This record gives sequence, structure tokens and C-alpha cells, in this order.
Amino acid sequence: MLEITDLVHSYGSHRVLDGVSIRAAEGELVCVVGPSGCGKSTLLRSVAGLIRPTGGRVLIDGQPVERIPDNLAVVFQDYSRSLYPWMTAANNVALPLRRRGLDRRRRRDAAMAALDQVGLADAAEKYPWEMSGGMQQRVSIARALAYRPSLLLMDEPFGSVDAQTREDLEDLVLRVCAHHGMTTLLITHDIDESVYVGDRVIVLTRSPARVAADLPVDLGESRDQIATRQLDAFVRLRAEVGRLVRGGSPTPTVLEKH
Amino acid sequence: MNVIRAVGRLWLVPVTLVAWEIATRAAGQPFFPPPSATLARMGEMWLSGPPAHLLLTEQAMSDFGPSLARLFAGWALAAVLGVAAGVAIGCSPRLSGYLDPLIHLGRAVPPPLLVPFFLALLKLGTPAQLATIVFGIIWPILLNTIDGARTVDRQHLETARIFGFSTAQRLTRVIVPAAMPKIFAGLRLALSLALILLIVAEIFAGSGGLGYRLLSAQRTYLYADMWGCLVVLGLLGYLLNSAFLLLERRVLAWHRSARQTT
Ligand SMILES: Nc1ncnc2c1ncn2[C@@H]1O[C@H](COP(=O)(O)OP(=O)(O)OP(=O)(O)O)[C@@H](O)[C@H]1O
Ligand SMILES: [Mg+2]
Repeated sequence: MLEITDLVHSYGSHRVLDGVSIRAAEGELVCVVGPSGCGKSTLLRSVAGLIRPTGGRVLIDGQPVERIPDNLAVVFQDYSRSLYPWMTAANNVALPLRRRGLDRRRRRDAAMAALDQVGLADAAEKYPWEMSGGMQQRVSIARALAYRPSLLLMDEPFGSVDAQTREDLEDLVLRVCAHHGMTTLLITHDIDESVYVGDRVIVLTRSPARVAADLPVDLGESRDQIATRQLDAFVRLRAEVGRLVRGGSPTPTVLEKH
Repeated sequence: MNVIRAVGRLWLVPVTLVAWEIATRAAGQPFFPPPSATLARMGEMWLSGPPAHLLLTEQAMSDFGPSLARLFAGWALAAVLGVAAGVAIGCSPRLSGYLDPLIHLGRAVPPPLLVPFFLALLKLGTPAQLATIVFGIIWPILLNTIDGARTVDRQHLETARIFGFSTAQRLTRVIVPAAMPKIFAGLRLALSLALILLIVAEIFAGSGGLGYRLLSAQRTYLYADMWGCLVVLGLLGYLLNSAFLLLERRVLAWHRSARQTT
């Protein structure tokens, strides 16, 4: 579904991505984790078509990304600048749906349904600044959901909310992505989160970024904030990802299993 | 509480009036009539009409009507032109590269100097007056709109790109609202300038209206009339500004609240 091949990007002479290849199958939730400043956002922005990478190829459903694809939605890290403060939550969610050719009523219905899914049916008429950070990020997720993309990109979507909210949002994303069968690329620097949320975890090296490892996550479909995090498999995988992010080399045992 | 505070702030007004009254009476200069005489003259000129017309006299209609119409027409015209051009220039680095020097040149020309030019170019009366007002007040609107459109948050624009907003959507739903706080600051400044240029235009380029009344009162040594005009202009400016602030508070509610919470 998503094929990133040998992606290279430099800002001037500063090379940020150094041949990154990532594949995601239909409906898969792939987490990309890497040290801070290694080029994760650059990767996401190349996939989204917001920047033109220096080299390499990005295919979505076999189509090269040249302009911004119309079946793609993004949830940014900084929710406070992603929602439009001059519009209510419902209007923020409904605005992109014009492109889907829906009339006013159906845009509104779709927006309400999406807000309901993220548990914000009551907040439809609230403005972003009347909501907590977690609520704003949920509106942002609702906007992406209502848009019905086949590919969802998230750039550290839970980076700036508190721990409890973060867990709620992780479960929310797991639920809605499975429900809609969306292919999702979730970028994070949180090792725990990548293992908990992902079907697969891609670890990037320090800048310039390369793929250090591509680890399948064998934790089953349904996950639970307490129980899953206690599983041996979770603990082992988390340790492995942690080692890799810090620049260690892959442990043979973890890789051998696959 | 609010009332007490408002009164607390307003006490200087009557004190000044009384002081002025005493001073002007003591001086006995015809050029400085006491406030009471000015007020009486204002009532006589403008507020002694039939109750059906809210006491407004014929003269009030002919003084205020055309002036207010010009003021608002000029302001609205400048707002439309300034915002439209400002958004276009602010969104296009190329356009602003070409036009920036011209804009700063145009802004530097004192607008009253252009009255003769407009008089030669346009008809005496409303067209030349409107041109004077529009040319004089468009700059703060234009410059603020350009600045506002240029400094829209990058993520707001990227969100618009990701979700494939049409050009119209991007302009009306993202860029103009994002620039609105700056546009409003420009519009408010323009409104106060409009009052000044209205008087300039009426003095130099036409007959009728408050500016004309002011000029003729001064020429015919009717100093109470002249002071009445000055007072009413001051009041008008104050009222317009207050009304505009109310409007701004409503339209930019999101802006004030968003800034308070983040
Ligand atoms: N527009 C830009 N122009 C020049 N350099 C940039 C630009 N954007 C990012 N960089 C540089 O590229 C490198 C990678 O940035 P990027 O934002 O992709 O990293 P990241 O992994 O997302 O970081 P973080 O974890 O802090 O979000 C950084 O060194 C950054 O300074
Ligand atoms: Mg980043």
C-alpha cells in the first residue's frame, strides 16, 4: 500500500534522510521511532508530499507521490496550531469534506459521527481554545477520520499531552484505525508507545537517518494499557527497540524469530 | 463596580468643562466661546427640529447626512480594496516584490496634497472627495493585510494543503480569518483617519457636509458654530471608535480567548 524506497533528503548540504525504505501493507499500523532530530518529520513530510525529497521514491497504492495525494490525512504533533481557532470543532472537522463532494448537511453529519467516535459529540460547538490539549488532538483525529483517507500519517501525535491522556489517545487510535482498516504511519520518539501501538516498529538511526531495524510486534490484535505492557514479549521488544534507538546493534535472538 | 470605575475614570471630563467655562468667561474672547454657549448653539443648529425627526433639524440632516455617507462609503471602499489587494500581495512573494516599493512611496505622500490632482482628474464633489478619503486611509489596511496574509501559521497552511482546500476555501477560511486581527487593527486606524480626510476633502473639494460647515463658520466669524463642529467631530470620532471596538470584540472573540488560554 505504502512503499518508500531509498528515500534521501538533504536540507542544503545537510543530509537528513540517507536511503530510508519502509513498506506498509494495507491496514497495517507502522510505528517509526528514532532519536530526536533524526529526520522523522522530514520523512513524514516527504510521504505527505509537503516537501519534495532529494531522492528516492514514495508510492501510495502504486502511485508516485508528486503532489499531495487526496487519500491521505495528517495528524500533526502541535494540535494548537493544526486546528483553526476561528472555527468550532464541528466546522474544523467538516471543512475538508467539501472536497468529498458532500453537501452541507452530509458534511455536518459526517463531522458529528467522527466527533462521536472520538468521544466528543458534546463538544461539537466548542472552539479549540475552549478545549484541553487532549480534546483538541481528538478533534484533529476526528478530522482525519471523517476525511476517510486510506493512509493516515501521524507526527508525534501524543507528544504534548499528559500521560493519562496519551494512553487514552493511543487506545483511541488503535480502535479507529482497526475499525476503518486504515493504513497508518505513526511517528514517535516514545519507545513504549511504538511497541504498544504498532503492528511493526521501524527504528531509525541517528541523523542521517537509515532504517536500523524493522521489527514485527507479536502482541496480538487487542491491547490493554496494563496487561499488554506486562507481557514478556512487550518487555523484550521494548528493550530491543530502546537499545536500537540508542545506537546499539540488533540482537540476533529477536530477529531470528522472523 | 463597573459603573463606579467608569465614573472614576470620567470625572476629569466635567472638571475640564467647568474649568474651561470659567476661563473662557473670564477671558471674554470671541474666538473662545464658553462651552455652555457652544452647546446651546449646537442644540439650536442641530437638535431643535420636530420630534418626528428625533429633534434633528434640516441643517443637521444636510450637515451630517452627506458627511457620514461619504465617511462610510470611503471607508468601506478602502476596506474592500485594501483587503483584496493586501491578500493578493501577501500571498504572492513575486507580486509583493514588485509592489512593495510603490506601496511605500504611495504611503509617504501626504493625502491632502493629492486633492488638486483628484480634482483635475475627477468631478468636484463626491468622486474627488471619495478618492481623497480612500487614498488617504487605504495604507494601514493594505499594509496590515499584507502582513497578516504573509504571516499565516505554516501549519495552518499545510493543513489546508493536506486536505486539498480549494483556492477560495484557502482564502476565505484560512488566510483571511488568520489575518483578521491585523486587518481589524488596520481598519480601526483607517476609520480615525477617514474622519480627518473627510474634513480635508469637504473643505477642499466640495460643498455641504460638516467640513464645509466648519469652514464657512470660521470664515463668517461664527465661532460658536465652528466650536460646535469641532465638538461634534470629536464626539463622532469617539463614537465610531467605540462602535468599532464592539464589532471587533465580537468578530475576534476567538482571537482574544485563544491568546488568553495559550
Ligand atoms: N526546513 C528545514 N530546513 C533546514 N533544516 C531542517 C528543516 N527541517 C528540519 N531540518 C533539520 O533536519 C533535521 C531533521 O529534522 P526533523 O524535523 O525531520 O527531525 P525529527 O526526527 O522530526 O525531530 P524531532 O524528534 O525533534 O521532531 C534536523 O537536524 C533539523 O534541524
Ligand atoms: Mg519531528
